[in-house]
Amino acid sequence: MKTIITSTGNNLQSVFDPRFGRAGWFCVYDRESNSTNFIENSFKNVNGGAGTKTSEMAAELGANQVISGDFGPKARTMLEKFKIQMVILEDEGLSVQDIIDRINKN
Amino acid sequence: MRIAIASGKGGTGKTTVAIHLYQYLSKLLDDQIQLIDCDVEEPNDLLFIPDAVNIYENTVFTMVPEIDTAQCTFCKKCSDWCEFNAITLVKNLEFAEINKDLCHSCGACSLACEFGAIREYKNPIGTISGYKTTFGTGITEGRLRIGSSMQTSLIRELKKQTASNTVLQILDAPPGTSCPVVETVSGAAYVILVTEPTPFGLYDLKLTVDLLNNLKIPFGVIVNKAGLGNNAVYAYLAANNIELIGEIPFSKEYAESYSKGALLNNVPEELENIYLKTAERLLEVTGIKK
Repeated sequence: MKTIITSTGNNLQSVFDPRFGRAGWFCVYDRESNSTNFIENSFKNVNGGAGTKTSEMAAELGANQVISGDFGPKARTMLEKFKIQMVILEDEGLSVQDIIDRINKN
Repeated sequence: MRIAIASGKGGTGKTTVAIHLYQYLSKLLDDQIQLIDCDVEEPNDLLFIPDAVNIYENTVFTMVPEIDTAQCTFCKKCSDWCEFNAITLVKNLEFAEINKDLCHSCGACSLACEFGAIREYKNPIGTISGYKTTFGTGITEGRLRIGSSMQTSLIRELKKQTASNTVLQILDAPPGTSCPVVETVSGAAYVILVTEPTPFGLYDLKLTVDLLNNLKIPFGVIVNKAGLGNNAVYAYLAANNIELIGEIPFSKEYAESYSKGALLNNVPEELENIYLKTAERLLEVTGIKK
């Protein structure tokens, strides 16, 4: 099971990014292998279609779940089509590591 | 001849000026005038002319591509060529979709595809409607379909459909300085810039002045809500040798009539004189004969 966590930076200590389409980085967390991989979001500054393109990116990465602060209408529609679960997390200044710890505790 | 009314900043009074000039120029020009509402995202002119009668409504279409997944090889060339991020392709899911609201109908994807996987279909972007009014020759309104981003195409079609009318045309432009505004003002003989004497009004006025200088279209300024804010706008106009065609004083009662859509009823005499003077000045600067 692969989970994408939106992140402001490229390492586990980076703070969670509450935006999805405009997130700085994607942390791809693989529960089976307990490994992480950080990918920069090349669509964060596009004029339009950021939600659509980042959803496409999530599908290509084979994600089953995305954790972010919220999802715009275009992202929602796309992620539903790709059957990727959306998890909305309140922005409490957590680090990516904090969120992974929470996933593992559950 | 076309005269466009633009502003830069929204809410300065383009619609107010447009409908009043339509009314007063109708008097001066023996009804030989047409009002065209090019603010297709929020066409408001008709709200102030409740007795206008609808004559026709045409739907405007653009061609939008769709992908045949049976032909598609998921090479992504179309998606790479798309400037608007409208194409989503996921090979492992055999998913190919074009978002028609992001698509600008540029046709690049059709050119890019080497596998004949893209065909085009008609997508409605909005309507163009004609209305008869008790003065002037009538109002033509463009109305964008909610969710569509094809403002510029709709305005272009609106201008095309009204091009054969030889009377003076007043074009009520959208706010801002982007493509829909450029499309509205291009080809205009003169542009009236409506501003307000506030720092916001002045800032956006400067942007619009730069735009019109770039496009080499002559223009003058109407200061609406005069008495509010400060005098910086007048200093700017004087320093840059820009014609002040008229000044409309700020009035709370007037704002209340606006909110009720009752602007054209019981126009105060003072205001009527201002508009008539502004209309006369406009005819002078554009060289239109009464």
